[in-house]
Parts: sequence; C-alpha cells; structure tokens
Amino acid sequence: MAGLMAGFGHYTHAVVRGIPASLAKEALRSSQAEVNLAKARGEHEAYVEVLRTRLGLEVVELPADESLPDCVFVEDAAVVCGDTALITRPGAESRRREKEAMEAALKDLNLNLVEMTDETATLDGGDVLFTGREFFVGLSKRTNQRGAEILADAFKDYAVSTVPVLEGLHLKSFCSMGGPGLIVIGSSEPAQKTLKVFEKLKDHMLIPVSNLEKVKLDGALTCCSVLINKKANI
Amino acid sequence: MTTEAGSETEVKEKAEESAAPPDQSEKATEDSQEVANAEGEEKEKEKVKEKEGKEGKGISRYLPTWLKKQKSQSQTSPTKEVPPTEEAVSKVTQEEEEPVPEVNGHADEVEEKEEVKSDQVKEKEAESHSNASADTEPAKEEKLEESAEKTSEDTKKTTEGERAEEEKKEQEGEAEAEGEGGEGQTSIFQSPLRLVRKNKMKLVVCHVTLMDGTDFTCEVEKRAKGQYLFFKVCDHLNLMEKDYFGLTYTDSHEQKCWLDPTKEIKRQIRSNNWQFAFNVKFYPPDPSLLTEDITRYLLCLQLREDVASGRLPCSFVTHALLGSYTLQAEFGDFEPDQPRPLDYIGQLTFAPNQNKEMEEKIFELHKSHRGMTPAQADAQFLENAKKLSMYGVDLHHAKDSEGVDIMLGVCANGLLVYKDRLRINRFAWPKILKISYKRNNFYIKIRPGETEQFESTVGFKLQNHRSAKRLWKVCVENHSFFRLNAPEPPAKARFLTLGSKFRYSGRTQAQSRMASSLIDRPAPNFERTSSKRISRSLDGAPMISITEAGRDTAENGREPHLELHSDSKVKEVDLNPGDVEAMPSQQSPGCSELTLSQDHDKTQDDVLKHQASISQLKRSFMEAPPPSPPQPNQWEKRLTSSPAPTIRFQQQQVVNVPQTEAATADNTISDTKEPAKPPVVKTEMVTISDTFAAQKTEIATKEVPIVHTETKTITYEAAQLDGNGDGEPGVLMTAQTITSESLCTTTTTHITKTLKGGLSETRIEKRIVITGDCDIDHDQALAQAIKEAKEQHPDMSVTRVVVHKETELAEEED
Repeated sequence: MAGLMAGFGHYTHAVVRGIPASLAKEALRSSQAEVNLAKARGEHEAYVEVLRTRLGLEVVELPADESLPDCVFVEDAAVVCGDTALITRPGAESRRREKEAMEAALKDLNLNLVEMTDETATLDGGDVLFTGREFFVGLSKRTNQRGAEILADAFKDYAVSTVPVLEGLHLKSFCSMGGPGLIVIGSSEPAQKTLKVFEKLKDHMLIPVSNLEKVKLDGALTCCSVLINKKANI
Repeated sequence: MTTEAGSETEVKEKAEESAAPPDQSEKATEDSQEVANAEGEEKEKEKVKEKEGKEGKGISRYLPTWLKKQKSQSQTSPTKEVPPTEEAVSKVTQEEEEPVPEVNGHADEVEEKEEVKSDQVKEKEAESHSNASADTEPAKEEKLEESAEKTSEDTKKTTEGERAEEEKKEQEGEAEAEGEGGEGQTSIFQSPLRLVRKNKMKLVVCHVTLMDGTDFTCEVEKRAKGQYLFFKVCDHLNLMEKDYFGLTYTDSHEQKCWLDPTKEIKRQIRSNNWQFAFNVKFYPPDPSLLTEDITRYLLCLQLREDVASGRLPCSFVTHALLGSYTLQAEFGDFEPDQPRPLDYIGQLTFAPNQNKEMEEKIFELHKSHRGMTPAQADAQFLENAKKLSMYGVDLHHAKDSEGVDIMLGVCANGLLVYKDRLRINRFAWPKILKISYKRNNFYIKIRPGETEQFESTVGFKLQNHRSAKRLWKVCVENHSFFRLNAPEPPAKARFLTLGSKFRYSGRTQAQSRMASSLIDRPAPNFERTSSKRISRSLDGAPMISITEAGRDTAENGREPHLELHSDSKVKEVDLNPGDVEAMPSQQSPGCSELTLSQDHDKTQDDVLKHQASISQLKRSFMEAPPPSPPQPNQWEKRLTSSPAPTIRFQQQQVVNVPQTEAATADNTISDTKEPAKPPVVKTEMVTISDTFAAQKTEIATKEVPIVHTETKTITYEAAQLDGNGDGEPGVLMTAQTITSESLCTTTTTHITKTLKGGLSETRIEKRIVITGDCDIDHDQALAQAIKEAKEQHPDMSVTRVVVHKETELAEEED
C-alpha cells in the first residue's frame, strides 16, 4: 500500500551524472584547490558503483555536458520526495540548464514534475534536508525564501522550515541525515547556530550529532545523486 | 525540582490597568450619550440597555461590590447601570433586597466588559495615534450593528405587542427555568422574587449545520447556555466522545467563533441569527486512541471538509489516497462489474482543485482497499491525515514585530509561526511560560533556554482586539486540552480585578480519554453520508457489523486498563523535567502542568479515585513524599536477599515478576512466580492494597524439598497513574540496559525512551539484587536504594517499588 510518507532512507533509484572535463577548470568553487580530473572521475565511478551494487539502486546515469561544468552535482537540480519531483532553479546562473537532462530523466520515471517557474526564486537541492517527516531549507547564497516557498507548495504534506546557512555553500555542506531521525552536523560555530534553529523548529525527534569535521570542499556525498523511492503501484 | 511557581504556564490576560483610568471619563460620556438616545423611545429602553449592558459594565467596575454582585446575578436584566428611568431604578431596589450569591457569571461579565472597554480605548486612541485607525473601524461597526439589531428587535417587539416590562419578566423566568435545568452554575438565577414572575418561556429555533452537511434544528430556551445546545446536538449524533468537538457561530464581523458552553448563547451570538455549525475543536493527535468508531467517523467528516476546502493542504497523492479511503468508507468495495460511479464521484469533492486525473487516481487506489470495512477505511484515512503537517493547526493572521505578515498556528504541540507556507518559528507549550494579550497585541513569554538567563517575550500584532482575544482564547483552550490533566479553575472573581477570567471549561484530553475508556455501550449504529445519498448501504452488511461490533467490544473492554496508562503517560511525560535535558525537543515536557496533577484526583471517576487513594497510602508508606507533584516516572526497585540461590537464579526470578506485575494490579503475583522457582516450597506474598492491610497468602506448592525458601513480595505503588506501556502504541526511541555488580549486589538499570502521541517519555527501571548470608536490614536497604535513586535522578520520581525477598528456611532443611 502506498503510504503517505515517503519515509527516510528507502530508495529504489538514483540519478547521477558524469563529470565533464570542464569541471577541473570551470566548476564553481569557493576554495582555490586544484582539481585532478582523472582522480575525480575515478572517485565518481566508485561512488556510482556503490550506489549500484552495494545499495542495490537502479542507477540512471546522465551523460556529462561540457557546457555545464557543475553538472555532476545533480542534487541541486531536483528535489524528489515521494512521487513528486521539484525541478529547481539553481542559485548560480551558470547551472540553470542542468535541469533539462534531469527533467527528462525524472519524467521517464513517471514522477509528478513541478517546475520552479518564478523568476525571483532560487533553490539548490543542496540546501534541502529531508528528515523523512519534514523539510528544512537552508537560506543560503544559492537559495532564497521564494524558492523555499515553492518547495513548500510542491510538498504540501510536510512542514517546511527555513534555517539560516551562515557558512559554506549549502545547508548540506555542514549537515546531513545520518539515518532516520539523526542529523549529523558540523561543529563549527555557524553550524551550531543552525543547529539551534533546527532544535527549535523540528517537529519530530532528531538527534543531532556534532562531530563531523568540516568537509574540505563545498560538496558533500549527498550532492552527487538524486535518490528516489519509487513505489510499484503509485 | 521544577515546581516553582514561576515556571508555570500562566494563561493570564494582561490587565489593562494603564489604559483604563484615563479613558473612564470618556467612556462615561459615551455611555450617557447612548442612554440619552435611548431615552427617546421609552419602549426600547430595556432593549437598549440590555445591548449596552456592557458599556454600563465599564462603569460598574468602579461601583461598590454589593452593586456589582447583584448585577452579576441579574445578568441581562437592564440594571447594569444606574439608569435614568424610574422603571429600572425601582428594579434595582427590588433586586438589592435579594440574596446575593457569588457567581462565575460575574467573571464573565468582567471579561466582556474588558473586551468592549478596550475597543473603546482603541477608539479613543485613534484620535491620537494614527496607526490605531484600523482598530477603530471594527469598534464602530459593532455599534452600528448593535443599533441595527436593536431596531429589528424593536420592530418585532412592537408586532408582538409586548411591553418592555413583560419582556423583562419573561427573560428572568427563562433564566429561572434554566437554573432548574440542573447546571449548578445557573442556580443563581433562582431567587424567590423571580419564582413568582416566572411563567412564560421563550423558545428559539437553532439551526446547526452538521459535518455531513445536513441541518439539525432544535428549540432551546432563549436564555439557554451553549452547553445545552451542544449536548442536544451530541445526543442527536449519538456522540459520547464529545470533548473534541464544539459549536461555532459567525459573529457580527464574519468571524467564526467557538460557542462558550458555560455562557448564554444569546449573549455570545449577539444577534438574532441562531445559526451554528458543529465542528471538531481539538484534533486528536492520535485518532486511533479514540474509543468509538462514530467519533472517528465524525473526525473524518471534518477532515474531508478541511482537505476539500484547502484548509488542510496536501499533495496530489495524498489527496488521492484520502479520497480513496473516503470512497471505501462510503461506498464499500470497488465493483468492476458496475459502471464506474463517476456520477457519484462527481458529487464528492476531495480536493480544492479536483480534476479527472485525480479522480482516476482515486479509483485506482480505491480498488486496492477491497475488503476494508468502513471503520477500517476511516481509520486509515485518519492515520494518513494526522501526519499532514497542518493537521489540527488553527491559523490566525498576524504581523510580527516588524509588521511582516505572518500566520500563527495553534495546535496540540504549541504555537507555530508561518510566513507564507514556511514555518519560521515554533514555540512548544512547554517552552511557553505565559500567554497574554493587550489591545491588538498577543504576547508569549518564553522560558529561557539552556544558555539563556532570562525569559523573553515575543509579541505579535493581530488585526484588532477581538482577534487578539480570540487567538488568546484558542491558545488557552488548546494548552489546557492537550497539556493539562484537568482544566484550571477560573480565577475567583474579585472586586476590581482586571483581565479576563476565561479558562477552558471542558474536559481535557486526558480526562476525555479517561471518560471514554468507561464507555460501555455496543458500538452505535450510525448512518454514513453515503447512506443518505445512495440507497445502497454497506454498513448494513451483517458480516461487517458483526466484526465491527466484536472489535469494538474488545476495544471497550481493553480500554480502561490501557487508557489509565495512556493518561499516566501524558502526565509522566509532562511532569518529567529530566526529559527536557535528555531530549531538547518540543516534546520535552514542561513544568506547567505540575500543580494540576493534584486536581486530577478530584475530577476523575471512581476508578481513578480508587487508584489515587491506593497511591496515597503507598506514598505515605514509603515516606517518599513527592515534594509537590507526583512524578510518576516509573522506578522499580527490588531488593532480594537470599542466602542460597545464585545471582543468576535470582535474576531469572526478577525477570519473571515484572511481567506479572505489569499485567495485574496487585494480588495476583504469587502463582505466576512459582514455576520459575522449583525449589520453593512456601511462598508468602505481601501486597499493600488500598485498604493498607497487608494481605498474607500462603500457598503450598510442590513437595520437593531441596532447599526451603520463603519468598515475600511487597509492591508499593506511588503514582495513581502508573505508566505501564503495555499495549500503548508508541515509538521506542532508545532502550539501554546497564548492569553493574559489586560484591553482593547486582544493579540492573533499564532505561527506555518512548515517543507516544507526540510526547516523549523516559522510564528508568532499576533492579537491585542483594545476595548475602548475613542478616540484612531490608527496610534500611530499601530506604537506601530509594534515597540513592532520588539522588541520582532528582527530577524523576519513584512510582513503584517492588520488594521481593527470598530467604532460606533453615529449620526446614533436611
């Protein structure tokens, strides 16, 4: 039976995308670190392999697009919950076209697509944390209030709360779901401030764990795939 | 301990002291003006004053007590102020001679007065503060409508050819009759003078829109209280779990208001529009805990409407899913051989923007519900609806301190703040120390957080005074209903007290559950909306009725036990400040309820009283007086002393006993324990019962005298509501067992954290096994163990102590 709540941690599909050669030079970043393209591709391959074989997900691989250096970070292009997929309007202008391939892929999976058409709205999937019972949207450099509102409209079943992102790129740059009811959050001061807001707003039990060292790069593991829980009968 | 008075959640309205005195004179002039107008028409006088009674009250607060008291007595009789007419003056003197009981009604008046008064305050302010202009308008409107109303009533009166005096008498007669109706509160209307006058009673026809869209019409006396009508409707619906429901009316400002059961209907609606709607007032967080299917059905009806109207937003899939359960409940199994009942689906609204696609989806899902009874489909509907984020959230328009439009949502858990569709803040009830309103401002005082030192106050601006008050009332009621064990008694009316005395007057959820657990009737048959719309009835299918009835009886039979616990759950959680630290969530209990737990005993049924008296005795026995609140977190202690058996053996025993205890209240432990102890020959069990007489039972068992031991079990129960979680649905959050051993003692601590109905609960169970050859002073050991437990967890309390003593009987040894 199709339940109302998509739940957390149960996925059937994963959408990933290849790494374009342009990633090394042109991809957006906040640090000046050199990126070894070959190494990055190797890592990504291993990552996809884990999704496929270890987690048993059906992996939908989208081809890389040289004109979209950041396209590997598919998480930002769509937010999927239950059978609804919100195609986002990324905060970075250069990434807006990433949605095209994503949209097609999600359509093929028979998801209900919701487009973010509002010109004033921006939302990166990396700022969206779904706990299984509710959403938190980080208001960051890439995501604004309007974007969060549209997300709330798309996923009406759930409470959508906004939290400030005071450091780093995305909300999920310093926190992530560690498991059902478990938010893992960085120990830096801005992260802790966000944690305070989490505690105030959350509807359901969450156990924050503050032991994650800040990730060196802007990306976290969640940003390289869009996980979908597709049920057979819905 | 967290029982300081300061930590109580006060729900007090802010006194408007500062505003009151300066505008008194102004009001006085206003009053006299209106009175002067009224004087013009002799006949209308009474009516006018009746309507204006509240204005008069503004003055009455400065009148001596004796005058006030008699006023409260005569409620709507036109003596609210010293009127410039002989007629009324004579009335005053009459009434002065009457005995004057002190009443609640007085408090009501104070409240009403206050409301009107501050409207006037606003009006006055409008002159000096430009930003108050918005407030002024409604106040003026009110006046206009009042006069309009006046006129209409006057016309009526003239046609009826009634004299004002007669009308007055009549009303009093009604009041009197109502007093006889048996509501203790209204007995004040009984006075010898009125008895004489009483003869005519005016009946009014009330129209109540029920949740299935049908109308219920009934006659009530003109002076009847809200409760009377509400009970009539509940009777009509055959509803026993009434407490989640209420009647609404639309006030003169097109606002939906809850009809206060304790007040006269007439004085609330303030119009001749006796039109009401029956609605869910408190959405139970876990509908599966409701006792009767009929209650769940009514809740479903409300939610269907909430969903269809868009008040309860949900996604496409959820719309479809809920719709499919509605179809199953109303029309039964999907029947492929029949033509698709598109005609009936077309009549049903499932969503605000229902379309073909959704209807297709609904059919598709409907097919998968085959075999589900209507009651099951309702239950499934509710299971899904209750998870929606806006379930049971009552939204109010407001502005934050910076003038930004927001919505305030009141719900079972507390107060939520939304900006557009986003939740930007939340204040769980335990975090709120005090709620108040002043003019069009609504304030909440927040308990300081772990790192903060001081309380903070957050203010919101409402559209006007009335909406601030309405929000405040809703908060008071929701807080009381969901967080308290018993409603707070309304503050005693004192002379010159300011502020509203409004308190929630109904039963709390805890009390309601208790009461419904005692419902002992076969599941009532009720007609679903479909049976009204379509001839084919599914409820009528005999097989279904049987299963349903069976299920219900089982439920009813089981409930008392369960519900007791679930009640204690609520309390346990509420009272356990330990949880605050353990889980810094909204579920963390507040201390606001602490002082109320005592009242609980008084207001509960006999069963509970019985329980309470037991616990009282035990409490005193244990000499572990709960400082102020009984904090029924379960502690289980066991002191076992036995020379021979090994530790392991004892532990086995220990494990066995709690099972028995969990299932039974007191005396049944002995038998169950035997099998676990083959060598036992003689068992002695001592149970402290409610009569406080230690009962001694000797049971001789197998004659296999290897080692003779004597077993003694003493159970002390501290809390009247001991929380045994058996059968209580809840989510186990964590469970851990810690065992520590020393030379002759083994301590096993079992800590469980569960989440039940939105509340979290921490339970610590400690088992201490003492083994030794030496003589142990058991009482001392027990005292020591309790002391230690209290020291280790000062914020929890011992609710149960079980002493299990096993001694080898040396003289019987072979």
